[in-house]
Amino acid sequence: MIDDKQQRIISALVENKPGVLFRVANLFRRKSFNIESMTIGHAETPGLSRMTITMSCNYNQADQVMKNLDNLIDVRRVEPLDSRNATVRELALVKLSPGSPPTRPEIMNFIDTFRGSVIDVSTETLTVEVSGDQDKINAFITLARNYGLKEVARTGAVALSREMIPAETTAVW
Amino acid sequence: MNRMSGSEALVEALRREHVEVTFGHPGGANMPIYDALTEFNTSPNTGKGIRHILARHEQSAAHMADGYARVSGKVGVCMATSGPGATNLLTGLATAYMDSSPVVAITGQVPTFAIGSDAFQEIDIVGMATSVTKYTFQPLRARDIPYAIKAAFYLAPTRRPQPVLIDIPKDVQQLEDDIEFPNTVHFPNYQPLPDPDPTIVKTIAQMVLGSQHPIILAGGGIKMSNAYRELQAFAELLVAPVTTSFMGKGAFPENHPLSLGCMGMHGAEQTNKLLPESDILLVIGSRLSDRTTGKIEKFCPNTKIIHIDADKAEIGKNYKFPVVSLVADAKAALTALSREVEAGMMGQHREAWVKKAHEVIEATVEMDTASSTLSGVETVKLLRKILPSHAIVTTEVGQHQMWCEQHYQVIEPRTFLSSGGLGTMGFGFPAALGAKMAKPDVPVVDIAGDGSFQMTENSLATSVEEGIPVTVVVINNRMLGMVAQWQRFFYNRRYSAVNLGSSPDFVKLAEAYGAEGVRVQSSAELKAAVAKAIRSTITTVIDVPISPEENVLPMLPPGAGIKEMIVG
Repeated sequence: MIDDKQQRIISALVENKPGVLFRVANLFRRKSFNIESMTIGHAETPGLSRMTITMSCNYNQADQVMKNLDNLIDVRRVEPLDSRNATVRELALVKLSPGSPPTRPEIMNFIDTFRGSVIDVSTETLTVEVSGDQDKINAFITLARNYGLKEVARTGAVALSREMIPAETTAVW
Repeated sequence: MNRMSGSEALVEALRREHVEVTFGHPGGANMPIYDALTEFNTSPNTGKGIRHILARHEQSAAHMADGYARVSGKVGVCMATSGPGATNLLTGLATAYMDSSPVVAITGQVPTFAIGSDAFQEIDIVGMATSVTKYTFQPLRARDIPYAIKAAFYLAPTRRPQPVLIDIPKDVQQLEDDIEFPNTVHFPNYQPLPDPDPTIVKTIAQMVLGSQHPIILAGGGIKMSNAYRELQAFAELLVAPVTTSFMGKGAFPENHPLSLGCMGMHGAEQTNKLLPESDILLVIGSRLSDRTTGKIEKFCPNTKIIHIDADKAEIGKNYKFPVVSLVADAKAALTALSREVEAGMMGQHREAWVKKAHEVIEATVEMDTASSTLSGVETVKLLRKILPSHAIVTTEVGQHQMWCEQHYQVIEPRTFLSSGGLGTMGFGFPAALGAKMAKPDVPVVDIAGDGSFQMTENSLATSVEEGIPVTVVVINNRMLGMVAQWQRFFYNRRYSAVNLGSSPDFVKLAEAYGAEGVRVQSSAELKAAVAKAIRSTITTVIDVPISPEENVLPMLPPGAGIKEMIVG
């Protein structure tokens, strides 16, 4: 088997009805496919949802995931995406408990660098919203450990295909 | 628009799908369905009724529906109540799923208000069955039932046939509603398979025409798509030898001059050895399972493999690098290929290859051995001689099944039924009853082992009470023979939990159920017993004691390459 393991994103347009998430999740479990993240929300058409599934796997595995997903009756369309042919974003909420030493401007400077915004403040903590690609979120969380990282909630990637794609990059993976 | 209960809507919907028989077992949560079946069948207005065959275990009901489907080519229907009834169905549904057989299962469920409360006999059968079905329905209003039935009968037999389950809460069965029966259903992402891509067909045709040493490998997909004639026509046109997987056994007449018989774990040794010498292997309707190929990395390393399958997910699943692949129905693909090959036909340039294949075929036709006592192999060979070519044979799972693979030549379509994918002990006997329901005038014989037969032997009651006469030949080594063989070969003869002893007495067992029982010790006795049994109006169990030491050979050890068979 060719080992070309990398992060791959699959976007699936699915029927928005009971049991669909179960069927998809069950497929992943049954076939031993490993998911890194999965996000689901309403799509542009009423009655349809879009799932963005991130996996770290080789091409053959991803190919199998795509085919098996597409075989599900409730899945309308499956699309392979990556950062070349799609815009990919993730949102994270990060709660910090900086304690006393670091000064407030220092923290604000750090948050600004990542274009984050403070969305909740208490006497002990502040919660920051930050979005971007996965590397950016990872970097933010790594650095946030210097400022009393307390809790993290991440959405996982959401992605949409780009409209203007140079021909040679359409065949992703 | 009609005013009727959910159960009545269900029965009427089944009638509209031309269902003639269902196999099942009633219980608390599906009583309204059984009530409607009775009312329907006794009403003067409903014409020909739907016959219900009462199984003695729901697993058997599912196997019966499966056997019926495999022989008739129609959808087989089975029914069970909620909870244990539904879970008992699962093995049968999994069997049908693994062998791509169109079975529709209808289960009762606790009333909607009780779902999720762990009510008596409540189980999440929709969740449990999802892994072994193409789709599941749980109509929550009576008016949704006809749609679910219509959809189930659309989904189950099309593309790659697979089971569909419909779980109906009891109150939905009971409530009256305004019922309409749809003529069509629409699934945007599920359409019938398109015609084979002509460009790919052309490519494949050119490759096989140009090849010196082609072999066709036919799988169960040929049977499911009813492509028997098309396969034969194509093979003859191409003058290419044909081998089959175990599930493909019977897809090509095994007495045909181009037949190489079965390949794989217990396939013919010469056939397995010939395979890597092919330059093109055209695989049609096979998932190339581990039992077919042996260790996949060692499978025909120098052969260009072309893979045709109805299920796109089979392409690249087990065998990763087909040179060309085509997602298509086997029948359509073979028809298109024949047309292309015919158009581009060039002279015979494969005489030497075909001659070599013939030598292989001849080597696999063994001599008869004269022996005073019956062996498993001889029993199977003798059965082939006695039974007419249109007789239907089912098997259980184990050594006898593999002896059938090796020594029971299948000649006519839909006359060999076996659980190849799941390997379900207990499949053969109920499947034989289902087969007999589909073809009442054809002799049906379950070639069984003593271990497997005990899994569903209580179907004897069904066969006797419902008047479905079949013949069961129990090749009886008083062992779980295949496990014992593996223990002999791979566990240093350390036998563990394989000795079945002398219980039961299968003759008395048959008699206790009101069936015929007979024990045979010689070829002559076996011949006489079978001749009588297949004409009998009552089910006959023929007990054939054999040695517990007999092996199935040749054999490909697990993990070995296709050429590395154990021969003796």
